[in-house]
Amino acid sequence: MTRMKPVDVVIVGFGWTGAIMAMELADAGINILALERGDYRDTSPDFAYPRSADELAYGIRGGLFQPLARETITIRHTLDETAVPYRQYGSFLFGTHVGGAGIHWNGQHYRPSPEDMELESHITQRYGKKFMPEDMQIQDYGVSYDELEPFFDQFEYVCGTSGRAGNLNGEIKDGGNPFEGPRKREYPNPPVADNYAAKLFADAARTLGHKPFPQPSSNASQPYTNPYGARLGPCNLCGYCERFGCYMYSKASPQTTILPVLMRRSNFELRTNSHVTRVNLDNTGKRATGVTYIDAQGQQVEQPADLVIVAAFQMHNVRLMLMSGIGKPYDPKTGTGVIGKNYAYQMMSSIALFYDKDVAINPFASAGSGGNQIIDDFNSDHFDHGPHGFVGGGYILGGQTGGRPIQQLTLPPGTPAWGEKWKRAAKDSYLHTTGVQTHGSVMSYRDRYLDLDPTYKDSFGLPLLRMTFDWHDNEYKMTRFLTDRAQEIVDQMKPRQSAQTIRKPGDHYDTRQYQTTHTTGGVIQGKDPNTSALNNFQQSWDVHNVFVTGASAFPQNIGYNPTGLIGGLTYRSVKAIRETYLKNPGPLVQA
Amino acid sequence: MSDKLGSPSRRDFLRQSLVAVPAVSLLGTSAIAQSQGGAAPATAGPAYTPHYFTAPEWEFIQAAVDRLIPSSEDGPGALELGVPEFLDRQMDDAYGHGGLWYMQGPFVPDTPPTLGYQLRFAPRDLYRTGIAAVDDWCQKQHNKHFSALPPEQRDEVLHGLEKGDIKLDQLPATAFFSLLLTNTKEGYFADPMYGGNKNMGSWKMIGFPGARADFADWIEQPGKVYPLGPVSIKGAKS
Repeated sequence: MTRMKPVDVVIVGFGWTGAIMAMELADAGINILALERGDYRDTSPDFAYPRSADELAYGIRGGLFQPLARETITIRHTLDETAVPYRQYGSFLFGTHVGGAGIHWNGQHYRPSPEDMELESHITQRYGKKFMPEDMQIQDYGVSYDELEPFFDQFEYVCGTSGRAGNLNGEIKDGGNPFEGPRKREYPNPPVADNYAAKLFADAARTLGHKPFPQPSSNASQPYTNPYGARLGPCNLCGYCERFGCYMYSKASPQTTILPVLMRRSNFELRTNSHVTRVNLDNTGKRATGVTYIDAQGQQVEQPADLVIVAAFQMHNVRLMLMSGIGKPYDPKTGTGVIGKNYAYQMMSSIALFYDKDVAINPFASAGSGGNQIIDDFNSDHFDHGPHGFVGGGYILGGQTGGRPIQQLTLPPGTPAWGEKWKRAAKDSYLHTTGVQTHGSVMSYRDRYLDLDPTYKDSFGLPLLRMTFDWHDNEYKMTRFLTDRAQEIVDQMKPRQSAQTIRKPGDHYDTRQYQTTHTTGGVIQGKDPNTSALNNFQQSWDVHNVFVTGASAFPQNIGYNPTGLIGGLTYRSVKAIRETYLKNPGPLVQA
Repeated sequence: MSDKLGSPSRRDFLRQSLVAVPAVSLLGTSAIAQSQGGAAPATAGPAYTPHYFTAPEWEFIQAAVDRLIPSSEDGPGALELGVPEFLDRQMDDAYGHGGLWYMQGPFVPDTPPTLGYQLRFAPRDLYRTGIAAVDDWCQKQHNKHFSALPPEQRDEVLHGLEKGDIKLDQLPATAFFSLLLTNTKEGYFADPMYGGNKNMGSWKMIGFPGARADFADWIEQPGKVYPLGPVSIKGAKS
């Protein structure tokens, strides 16, 4: 095996959190190496117009996604079933190459609510422990919203997030989200102008007494230079956002916000086509010595390092920890062990609105998040859950993210799937249809987890990750409640017709339907090494020179999109590494 | 656009592509009328010779997509927009070869459908096996291949496949139908550079501006009808 020259820090995976870690550590004067299994990729030439405006290549065939042919996961609904491979993309989408899933996200950029960070304590205190179903396994993050506030702020200013504050230092502001935790300063950019459907939604929501506000968006609304000196262009609402790279340099990604500066640092090296297969430990098992990866020629390479940062996508982080033998694997029968524990997801519903031909919706004039309006009245614990009997919630969104005809053409219920009537409905509906969505949390449960599959292998012969997951009653109740509120708004929007898509009790998790790519858990952070894999600085309890970033740290999922929370947790973690850990390596929190 | 209905290339296209099927049953009188006098003439372009599909498969594909998205007064059908060419070209792509999917066994085809596709067939194999099976079924039931059936009977067969009422020995009828319909719509709506959606016919019909991908000036005019027709990735305008 080839043994490379040792480095101070090795980062596994080069998406959002890998780039943040590298950028912030570069100033500490140490050698940083990032290993990315994919290729190098940048706005130009990889996302350049007009090639980026190709629905088939990117939206349908998944040109920016990790090829499942080489590696996927397996899925089963219950503990006693045999899992089968997730063979084609459906319910969630892995990223690949430099930038990872930070390329094809939509820029929907939230902070969690304060109670989300201390969910178990908060729910117990407000409703009593019995309010939670017996097998629900929610936990606190071990860090509060107030402690994270400066880091949420830092990430928003790096991304050039567009939005309007609703709670500025405790003062509730008109036109923002009155339910949000206090923020110390305004968003770096004003909101993107509303699309027409969002206006209709906001007017209707206001009539019902809700508090609509512009969806916080890392689609820059105007030219912007971030604190690193990287420059973003204004979003032009091109309609090619989720599943696409941004040719306008306006959707925040590592490429637009960090790499132009980081790639020039002499103490930073990026090595692409380097597929990490394990974190190596010394003979005590308490200290990492570096990583092993497979290079572009298929050769095994050992990379020694003093500090290992596992910064791949959530599922890949969990798999790497299991393959490396760091932390005890979770056992759903006994509820003990921590790696693979508390896998969670999100649950969406949608309502399509069909208008007459005199209403021009222009669905193509859209951005992934800019221009939409939402209400947050029924998210987190912003309302009294007592009478409703479930934990969690979500936001309700009005507007659209694009009008690409293969994937985003919605037809009235009862339309045949093909033939002359289908075609007429397509012609009559396309310009006059929009949607309202609910985006809801999923809690964690004793029997929902991740481990290594006993049968299926990746192209290197290594075991695939196995997911055991299905919906629980709590989530069916949550989505019913949220969808009923959404329907009230939809009725107020006065379409000719509307149609709900909702997951009902008895519906199994369906891997064919896109839900969200917001998969979470498996290497969760918390206060206690018996119930979490990481401390609140995302440092492994078991191996102190291993840190694990990303949504794998979430003890349960939130109703919001995860990227804002991921960024905030990463900035807090890297500050502690830079200011405390590097000077005195060891546990940052005493167990 | 020099490609009139009577031009040699148009005649060649009809002759080569509709071997076993009378032209009228596929293109329909309304489509021909539209292509002669309508604002958006249907143009078939030079005849396309399939690379993957065999002659009988090619007849099946044309006869099937013509029913899935028929030509009508609302707009062009899948056949006029070149969807068969799109499908054939996709078969030689990584997609057709199953290169985008995890295709390692063991395969457990009787898994609950919610766990997704679990067959061992890559798209090109699904087409080859599916077409032969359906043609065989039609031969036994109607003494004709699918492509030789009149339109109403082709619709009946397609409905039977869609609902799974027709049982095929080689593969689930619904899996074949579902892929055929999905790919047909892809070819109908994708950028013309992939061989379908000739002259952006479907985009014009529904009002999608294609690869314009810049509506900064229009977002401030909510509810106003967007005035510009589509452009393609290669810069064709309409």
